[in-house]
This record gives sequence, structure tokens and C-alpha cells, in this order.
Amino acid sequence: MDLSLITFVQILVAVIAIICLMVANAVVMVYVERKVAGFIQRRPGPYEVGPWGTIQAICDSMKLLAKQIFVPANVDLVLFFLAPVLAFFPVLLLFLPIPFGPYLTPWKTPDGLVLILAFAGFGVLSNLLAGWASNNKYGVLGAARAVSQSIAYEIPLMLALMAVVFQAGSLNLSVIVEKQGWVPWEWNIVTQPLAFFIYLICLVAETNRAPFDLPEAESELTAGFHTEYSGMGFALFFLSEYANMLLVSFICATFFLGGYKGPIIDGFWWTIIKAYAVMVFIVWIRWTFPRVRFDQLLNINWKWLLPLGLLNLWITAIIIKVVN
Amino acid sequence: MAETTRTIVPQDGIGQAKSELLPPIINLRPINWFFDINRAMSLWPVTFGLACCAIEMMSASMARFDIARFGAEVFRPSIRQADLMMVTGTVSKKMAPAVVRLYEQMPAPKFVLAFGNCAISGGPFKFEGQYGVVEGVDKLIPVDVYVPGCPPRPEAILEGIFSIQEKITGFRWWPKAEEIKS
Ligand code: SF4
Repeated sequence: MDLSLITFVQILVAVIAIICLMVANAVVMVYVERKVAGFIQRRPGPYEVGPWGTIQAICDSMKLLAKQIFVPANVDLVLFFLAPVLAFFPVLLLFLPIPFGPYLTPWKTPDGLVLILAFAGFGVLSNLLAGWASNNKYGVLGAARAVSQSIAYEIPLMLALMAVVFQAGSLNLSVIVEKQGWVPWEWNIVTQPLAFFIYLICLVAETNRAPFDLPEAESELTAGFHTEYSGMGFALFFLSEYANMLLVSFICATFFLGGYKGPIIDGFWWTIIKAYAVMVFIVWIRWTFPRVRFDQLLNINWKWLLPLGLLNLWITAIIIKVVN
Repeated sequence: MAETTRTIVPQDGIGQAKSELLPPIINLRPINWFFDINRAMSLWPVTFGLACCAIEMMSASMARFDIARFGAEVFRPSIRQADLMMVTGTVSKKMAPAVVRLYEQMPAPKFVLAFGNCAISGGPFKFEGQYGVVEGVDKLIPVDVYVPGCPPRPEAILEGIFSIQEKITGFRWWPKAEEIKS
């Protein structure tokens, strides 16, 4: 790993570009999500604010910007303000090893997957800090749920990705994309359907989206770990939620859907199209399924996904050994 | 959670909320105007209903009347993230302290919509010698817009939201019903 000046400048430019991408993505996704929710429930969704409600998300963010930031009594001030920032910024790092296009990788590191899996834990840490610092019983309960859920689901997620890594023989995300072809039947989704299925479930759980949105289950926990956050604190949590969604969708596109490879010309547009298809799929799931109970959530993980993931990894290893 | 031990100052049995508005730090007219429009276009209500009128609030957010068209469908479960409190239904004296507490917990700028005759004046429960119902939620908290009816139709809740938008920005954004007819 050589951290020369050129690499440094490259990473700096990439970080700025990624911040822009994250903010733009949040604005677009808030609108898309509300619109898709509307269509699923046979109503138009946001419609009157701007043409077809297109500036609705901008109005919402401006309103949140100008809202009073409320600090409840007896909070841990440092942690209370640190938590939303910590939710937002570590996600930046996770975008670095992702190959957006053949020549468009922010940082070509041989250990890309290790970097992603190592820093993915920061999101949970911020949820825990937010719940703990706001000195609210719902906050603490939500934080506890967030931690146990995310620790549980990180293991099958890792197993699913490891199967692909075994197949490609590298932790480098660019190599993993290179090993896949440009037609859909050469993608990893065909060779690793079980891993894809496990990853898809874990992805929804890791981003705390419905039907696995237990940390902020509004029928039991008011709003979970961000109960006490108003204005910009809440907006940052929102932003990081959509950034996390974007991240897992990009990883899904890279690992299973052939990354930047596509029928006509390879390029970043294929990555983006695939990632957003996964994203709309997540939104679709959210507005279709009811929320699971917490014991059901952990049972799905420990009794089904974990054994299946291990089995899948084992079979993959055997096949690779036999074929080689 | 220091707040849980605090008692609301009794005033004929029930507390009464004060509303004070600090002037903005940067008081420039275009900026205020800009933020006012944004506030008016994204009024997030609290998930909060007291009696039968709440059913009408729910149906207003469903497919046929779709409050989402005006950007007001984000019902926030936590009061800290909401802007609009729709008092939908009968405010009993038992419930009154909770309503006042919720109002006080809402961060500024905040708006209240009294929905239904009960929330306006006690409605059908106002009679000689009644002891259980607060006669009008404006005895407890400052109210911005009153929507009459028992219960009001879901269109009326949309009209109430338009009135709040008009009150925030000083401008009627959507055509009135009779203008469309003619
Ligand atoms: S106004 Fe009528 S419908 Fe509304 S809460 Fe009172 S009694 Fe029920």
C-alpha cells in the first residue's frame, strides 16, 4: 500500500465527490421513497410542491435546517452532538474501495472488503451513542436493539460475501468485478444464488430498514435511538440512513450483479443503474412487509441465515478445491 | 429524565402552556420568507389522536384524500421531529396534562390545529354540570387554526392545513373550492 501524493490527492477528490453523491442521493431517495410508497398504496404521493412534488425533499431539508435544536435536560452533551456526526462521516470511508467504473475507483486497495467490513461497525456505534446520550428510556432500548441486531446480522453478511471472495480469490473489489462477465448469466448472482439471497436479507437488516427496523419501531419505541433528536441531528441520521442504503446497494451491485460491466459499454452508469435498482427493491420491501418481532428477527438470523451461510461457504470451498 | 418528576402548575386542576417565540438570529426578510415557505410546504404532524375525529385524520392520509400531495404525510412518532399538532378529538381532563406536556416538548416553530367540535369547544360533551371534559383545547394551548365539524370531513383537514400554510406565509397557495367550481 503506497500512500504517495497522487494517491492522497485522488482520495481527497474522491471524498469530496462522495459527500456530494451522498447528499444528492438522500434528496433523490427521500422523494423516490415517498413516491414509491404512494404508488404502492394507490395514491399519488408528493404532488403539489413543485412539479410532481419534485422539490418536496428540498423543502423538508430546509425546514429541518431551520428547526430548533432541542437539548433535553441531563443529556451527555458531547456524545449527544457527536453521535449524528459519527453516523454520517465514517460512511464516507466505506465508499473508497468501491469500483464505480473501470477507471473510476477512488482507492484501489487489495484489502477493500476488509476496510468495508471493519468500518461498517461505526454506524452501530453512533446509534448506541445516540440512544445512550439522549438519556431517554426509548432511546436506550432502541440502541440496545440496534446493537444486538447489527452484530447478529454482520456474521451471515460476512459469510455471504466470503463465498464470493473464495470464488474470485481476492479481497480486491476491482478483481471481483473483473472475474464476472458482462452478460447476466456470468454474474455471481447465478453462481452464488444462496449467498445473494442471504446478503439481500442481511442488507435490509444492517441498514435498519423495515421489515427489520426494530431500533426505531414506532409502535413500541416512539422513534427509538433518535427520539430526542430534532432539526439537524435528525436530518443527519436520515442522511446516514440513505448513505448506508446506497453503500450496501453498491456492494451488492459489485459482488453479485457484475459491477460496472454491462451489455453495451462498460462504465460507471451500469454500477449506478444496478445500485439504484437494488435501492428501489429495498424501498419496495419496506412498504410491502409488516415489521417482524424481535425474537423472530434473531431467530431468522441464528437459526436460518447463519447455518445456510456456513453451508454455502463450505460447498463453495469444496467445489473450488475439486475444480482446481 | 428529569422532566418526569416535574409537576405542571395547577390552574383549575389543569396546567396551561405558555407560548413564547424568540426573534430569529438573522432577521432578514428574504431569508425569513424563504424558510417560511419551506416550513409551510413540509408540515410534519405528530402521530397523535384523542377520539373519534382521529379516524378522519387517518382517512385523510389514506389513498382517497392523500395528505401526502401537500407534503404533510410524514407522521412522526416522536414529538421532537414534528411541526404540527393536530388535536383530534375530545380532550378529557385526564388527558389534558399529557396534551400540554406534548405541546411543551415540541421544538419551535410549532403549530396547532384544533380538529373537531370537541377540540374547539367541548362539542357534544358541553352541558351543565359536566365534569370530565376540557371545553376547548385553546384553554390549554395556543391554537392556530380551528376546523369545525363532528367529525369534519377529510377535505376539511386539508383545508385546515392550507389555512396554516396561509398563516405561515401570508399567501393562499392552492385555489379555493368555490373557485374551482365556477
Ligand atoms: S367532534 Fe364529534 S367526532 Fe370529533 S371527537 Fe368530538 S364527538 Fe367525536
